[in-house]
Amino acid sequence: MISLSGFFGQLFAIALALVLAPLLSGWVGQCRAWFQSRTAPPLLLPYYMLQKLFNKDVVLAHGASSLFRAAPFVIFGCMVLACAIVPTLSTDLPFAPAADALALVGVFGLARIFISLAGMDIGTAFGTLGGRREMLVGFLAEPALLMVIFTLAMIAQSTSLATIVETLAHRDMVIYPSLAFAGIAFTFVSLAENARVPVDNPATHLELTMIHEAMILEYSGRHLALIEWAASLKLYAYSCLGLALFFPWGIAPGDDFLALAAAIPLLLLKLAIGGVLLAGIETVNAKMRIFRAPEFLGTAFMLAVLGLLVRLLLESKV
Amino acid sequence: MPGNLLSIDALLIAAAAWLAIGLCGLVAPRNAAFISRVLFPLGAAVGIGMGVAALNALGGEAQTAVLVIGLPDLPFHLRLDNLSAVFALLLGFASAGISIYAAGYFRKGAGASPGVLCLEYHLFLASMLMVLLADDAYAFMVAWETMALSSFFLVTTDHKHEEIRRAGFLYLLIAHIGAIGILLSFGVMTGGAGDYSFAAMRTQELAPFWSSAAFLLALAGFGAKAGLVPLHVWLPEAHPAAPSPVSAMMSGVMLKTAIYGLLRVSFDLLHTTIWWWGVVALVVGLVTALFGVLYATVQNDMKRLLAYSSIENIGLIAVGIGLTLIFHAYRMEALAALAMTAVLYHCLAHAGFKSLLFLCTGSVLHATKERNLGKLGGLIHRMPWVAWLALAGVIASAGLPPLSGFVSEWLLLQSFLFSPGLPHPWLNMVVPVAAALVVLVAALAGFAMVKFYGIIFLGQMREPALQDAHDAGPWEKAGLIWLALITLLLGVMPSTVILRIDAATRQLLGTGLADKLNEHGWWMLAPISAERASYEPLLVLVTIAVVLLFTRWLVKALYHGRVRRTTAWDCGYHFEGPRAQDTAEGFSQPIRRIFEPMFRMERHFPTARDTKPYYSVKVEDHFWYWCYLPVAKVANWISTLIITLQGGRIAVYLMYSFVTLLVLLLVARP
Repeated sequence: MISLSGFFGQLFAIALALVLAPLLSGWVGQCRAWFQSRTAPPLLLPYYMLQKLFNKDVVLAHGASSLFRAAPFVIFGCMVLACAIVPTLSTDLPFAPAADALALVGVFGLARIFISLAGMDIGTAFGTLGGRREMLVGFLAEPALLMVIFTLAMIAQSTSLATIVETLAHRDMVIYPSLAFAGIAFTFVSLAENARVPVDNPATHLELTMIHEAMILEYSGRHLALIEWAASLKLYAYSCLGLALFFPWGIAPGDDFLALAAAIPLLLLKLAIGGVLLAGIETVNAKMRIFRAPEFLGTAFMLAVLGLLVRLLLESKV
Repeated sequence: MPGNLLSIDALLIAAAAWLAIGLCGLVAPRNAAFISRVLFPLGAAVGIGMGVAALNALGGEAQTAVLVIGLPDLPFHLRLDNLSAVFALLLGFASAGISIYAAGYFRKGAGASPGVLCLEYHLFLASMLMVLLADDAYAFMVAWETMALSSFFLVTTDHKHEEIRRAGFLYLLIAHIGAIGILLSFGVMTGGAGDYSFAAMRTQELAPFWSSAAFLLALAGFGAKAGLVPLHVWLPEAHPAAPSPVSAMMSGVMLKTAIYGLLRVSFDLLHTTIWWWGVVALVVGLVTALFGVLYATVQNDMKRLLAYSSIENIGLIAVGIGLTLIFHAYRMEALAALAMTAVLYHCLAHAGFKSLLFLCTGSVLHATKERNLGKLGGLIHRMPWVAWLALAGVIASAGLPPLSGFVSEWLLLQSFLFSPGLPHPWLNMVVPVAAALVVLVAALAGFAMVKFYGIIFLGQMREPALQDAHDAGPWEKAGLIWLALITLLLGVMPSTVILRIDAATRQLLGTGLADKLNEHGWWMLAPISAERASYEPLLVLVTIAVVLLFTRWLVKALYHGRVRRTTAWDCGYHFEGPRAQDTAEGFSQPIRRIFEPMFRMERHFPTARDTKPYYSVKVEDHFWYWCYLPVAKVANWISTLIITLQGGRIAVYLMYSFVTLLVLLLVARP
């Protein structure tokens, strides 16, 4: 069963996610500002934001139902779980067998359903519009993400994230062309899933172009704080998933504290570089029309399927 | 079982009890209180008892019985084996929830009298049980036809409406096309020996051509009942027409009897398997699933939406059967067992969540008299119980953890991951790509379910009359809770459930998953090995719940729990009426746009000069225009030719008789 060190290691990984996630968002925001020659906001801005929102009253619309009030907590719970499942520091934590890659996608799906439903709950024009668009992006992105996972699962002969990471980190230096396709597809999907340019713009003030922001327009106070926190946790989880799948070096195979502590600096470095790249992508791209999103995600899907086919056709002997 | 009472006897007693309850309804056909408060709950109790008996029978030896009713020298042969027991389990537990619900649902007034309804309903239940127990083609067909007819009468309960009669007719027509297929399939399987018992069919050695013919006939025949494309058209008509408990029973349970039949024929009666059967089932299943889910997303009638969603789920089950057949044909029994478990599990899961959702639409229908999504909305405020229980069904139906739908989807995807090991030059490449379509279907199901739930229960009420809506009564609530519990238990305890139903897999394929599952605790589902893939739904559920409660407590403790109520912000716009919300049509607009060629649409767009602009869209099924209307045209054309024979003059008719007589005399001349 679960060892004591494993339990504390898991708690530590979750706590680290909770702390690092807003920091990552702040870092991406800072990099973006630098790239765009603006004065950068402070790195800790997301924390100030959370502190402010938690202190404020919740202002609920008259039509808000119990689901509207429960949804932020459910979404937050899903994202914390997702961060616990993704191997960030170690592949040997108690939550590793709780859910494999397919179940992880399912957990993200559960959070998506709740946020879309919450967006529809008040019954405003923007809320339902956001909910509909979120589901649109979701049903396009989910198959692409699962195809990426299928490709990796076929390389590792497993859908367990821990095994995939172990296999990829300790393989001989063989070049897998399928991984290149899968990597590009994964990047596309992550941009869409995290409401980033070019699919959505987290800094937008124009209601008609919103997706994620449109759904949470009616939220305030602690509810909004939790949703913002959950959004940054999602970005963190996706970043860590990408790092674990495509750059798995440095993730500890054990669950003792020393191994975990040794994995932290490398993780921070990888996340920092990832944040710079994300800000770069967001700076050189413009947000596309919502009906270009299917083309964008369709491309991701095709690339992922191509990766799978390449795996099956060319690499089946490897 | 206690004493020497065999499980099969218990099941037969259950069938007899259902019949007796049905007949009791005729004693006082107008006494609605007696029928709904006494007879339906009794039927539910019989259902639970039957389910428990079936659970007991799982893992045991097959039991047989001979029932001396029917034609002389042609008794009913009955047999309870593990496959029957799994489906009997499904029938018992799902029908229990539906019967309890029905106790609160059927009222005086509409359509057939309560007594007749009670008889039809319980006859329907008993006949489904007999289908599962039948061990010869004769008993099977009698039970099958009883099932079709009793459900036809249930569908047309409210027969005063023209469209309900039409829906019933369509259902009856396709049910009988299917029955012909099944009958012919049985005929082929006897191999000309004339012995219609299943035991004889199992020993027949058929040539590949004939066994393929039998399989294809069975696929078409059972597919008509299950709703495989292109024989699906009756589902979206019959489900909205039927009362909700009947829709729930048909969708949740009756469709599964067709799956049972298909499994029985392809794995038990036909003991050889040819690989391309699996490909056929896989392709038909994929087309059905994709078609069903796309049409589900664009429906505006809540029960039609669920009917199309059932088509999708049947498609996924067929995909699983196809995969099992392919693995089975190549003697990869361990993988076949994985896919088969996915099939059986999805049958159980779908019976739970789809019955739940249909019953929820029943409560909405009762409370609002409205099936059209465009006239619903905001019902979570008036019907919190129904809304929250429906959410369980919605999450399961969208195939999301930690509820039941996800487990079967997960198993299905896991078995797809193994298909590259197939020793076939191109199959091992094409089949994994089919998984991409399965995933797309699952994601689209989420879209359809968000539409279903969001438009009915969330937002502002689209009609003022909805203010008077009331929550479900105690009986209805009990039924919904029962089914929601099944959905939850199937979701969080997959390993325990699979260990029970594994006996059926073992019986059909010779191997099961039990050994692998026993290596781990009951909370962990690792069908191959823990390194390969594992899923612990209980941990997922508990973690989300703990984080949720802890965060809630912590935020209140550290900060405050203040709440103010005011009007919605909506970016400062003041169009706050319910018409500013998305409509059902609007919600599915992205789907219609992206998958435009898949739909047959009639749209009316307003122009800039319209004084009364309106927008309308009507989506129709391509298959009507591709398959059914051409056939109907040919049938009409043949009929018009035949009409010329019927001049209506008696002299002409006499001449026909005379000519016939002459011809017969010439032919029969010694």
